[in-house]
Amino acid sequence: MHPILKLVAQRIALGILLLFAASALIFVGTEILPGDVAQSILGQTATPEALANLREDLGLNESAFSRYFNWLGGVLQGDLGNALSNNKNIAEAMGKRLGNTLFLAGWAALFSVPLAVTLGLVAVRYKNRWPDKMISGVTLATISLPEFFIGYLLIYFVSVKLRWFPSVAIINDSMSVLEKLNAIALPIAVLTMVVLAHMMRMTRAAILNVMQSPYIETAELKGLTPFNVIRKHAFPNAIAPIVNVVMINLAYLVVGIVIVEVIFVYPGMGQYLVDHVAKRDVPVVQACALVFAAVYIGLNIVADIVSIISNPRLRHPK
Amino acid sequence: MFRRIPISAMIGLVLTGAFAFTAIFAPWISPYGMAEIVGDVWEPSSSQFWLGTDNLGRDLLSRMIYGARVTIFIAAAATAFSFTFGSILGFTAAVLGHRADQIMSRSVDLLMSIPTLIFALVVLSVLPANMLTLILVMGVLDSTRVYRLSRAVAVDINVMDYVEAARLRGEGTRWIIFREILPNALSPLVAELGLRFIFAVLFLSSLSFLGLGVQPPEADWGGIVKENKDGIIFGIPAALIPAFAISALAISVNLVADWILNRTSDLKGGRG
Repeated sequence: MHPILKLVAQRIALGILLLFAASALIFVGTEILPGDVAQSILGQTATPEALANLREDLGLNESAFSRYFNWLGGVLQGDLGNALSNNKNIAEAMGKRLGNTLFLAGWAALFSVPLAVTLGLVAVRYKNRWPDKMISGVTLATISLPEFFIGYLLIYFVSVKLRWFPSVAIINDSMSVLEKLNAIALPIAVLTMVVLAHMMRMTRAAILNVMQSPYIETAELKGLTPFNVIRKHAFPNAIAPIVNVVMINLAYLVVGIVIVEVIFVYPGMGQYLVDHVAKRDVPVVQACALVFAAVYIGLNIVADIVSIISNPRLRHPK
Repeated sequence: MFRRIPISAMIGLVLTGAFAFTAIFAPWISPYGMAEIVGDVWEPSSSQFWLGTDNLGRDLLSRMIYGARVTIFIAAAATAFSFTFGSILGFTAAVLGHRADQIMSRSVDLLMSIPTLIFALVVLSVLPANMLTLILVMGVLDSTRVYRLSRAVAVDINVMDYVEAARLRGEGTRWIIFREILPNALSPLVAELGLRFIFAVLFLSSLSFLGLGVQPPEADWGGIVKENKDGIIFGIPAALIPAFAISALAISVNLVADWILNRTSDLKGGRG
């Protein structure tokens, strides 16, 4: 077998193992309460009958071990169980919301990734001159801003004062793509700003690292323009670290989306999760957390695989 | 030592000091009580209510001042917990090595494979919502980052001659961790402290904003944003004020941390 295939297979197997461990951890996370889950869901005023019923529904009379494997077995067959609050099938309720969330995250990534990489290149080209300094200054500021500050600032000025875009992002199937994009313009802007700073700074660092290599000096000495030096010689060698940065930030996007969905009342996974944490609906919370963890781990695996593939020493072994 | 403080660090220090002062002396400087209803709903700012009133007619400035206290206290307590817990575990892993190190490091990898906010939500869905829970949950989740940093630093120190000498003269693990490694690992950890504190402030604010952190009538900045967010659509900017305060605190602590980082990593002028 080609060594690169072996490495990739190993990485994927490790990721799947990690996902199983993460599912166990999510399960344990809802078990750490010293008292009874049913009691804490219903509160102190619950009647003994209600408590007994809920214990039955949650299967609390069985051991934690067998409950975990029942749950895991169901998940592997696509059955996420039923919500406690309205007894609806979780997988059905989640399917559409997951689609919405991926739609939002996808468009945010489509805007933020090229923008971040380009700005990173510009910062390197004009290193220590005003464009670079301005970019780093803005970056430092945006890292310190919570999502909801950017979100409500945009709603207040762009949506309420200027009336350019709607302040709530409600989408449904009858809308065309353009109408949908208009609806989610502000959430996309917030998510872009949240991840842009990190991505740009790390891109800049990755390329600067490569720029110190001797072959860059050769390229400069043979008379290439500065931008071509970066484009042809520095960029291909910086792909692995940049892809890594992009993936880490996309994983962050998946999390940041929870808050952005609540700000803009967007019908996605994040809103679903937060609503049910407040209702103490444990099965829904577990299911959502598992999906988020799967996406997060998946993106990290992709990042690792890309950096393996983009390494020519691994691609063409001696 | 204070002679060559750059202007940015000076601004950071002054602002951070002001925030700390507000937090400590909240009951004496706030004009009204924290949960006292004193006016109409969402009054604009006036000489009576400097920042206007909130969604129930409470004085926003007073709530902001008490909010500073809750926000900074919980964030500081969580940071202190995560540092103590994370660095002791990290040093222990580095000193013991072998299997203990493997077990601890892989557990931390596992904990970090689930996004922090998501795991916090999972745990908060069953735990009672109070300050102690918040501090412990935030502290434990954040200690994974501290663990990684302190382990990395301690691994380098652990191979130094003076540690070897301590081992040869028969000192125990505890001596090596607290007397040999801790003093030498302190400066990179202190620089990290500021960043972790900012993270804790942002994290707590996010949780409270989602309605899962500090519970009303207790005020914290994220919670005040949540209470007043419905006013935004009517053009009432009350929710922007606490959000701005969070950003201002984060930026000013960042400026100070940046300066400390530069000082301690600078071999010529550092350590002063």
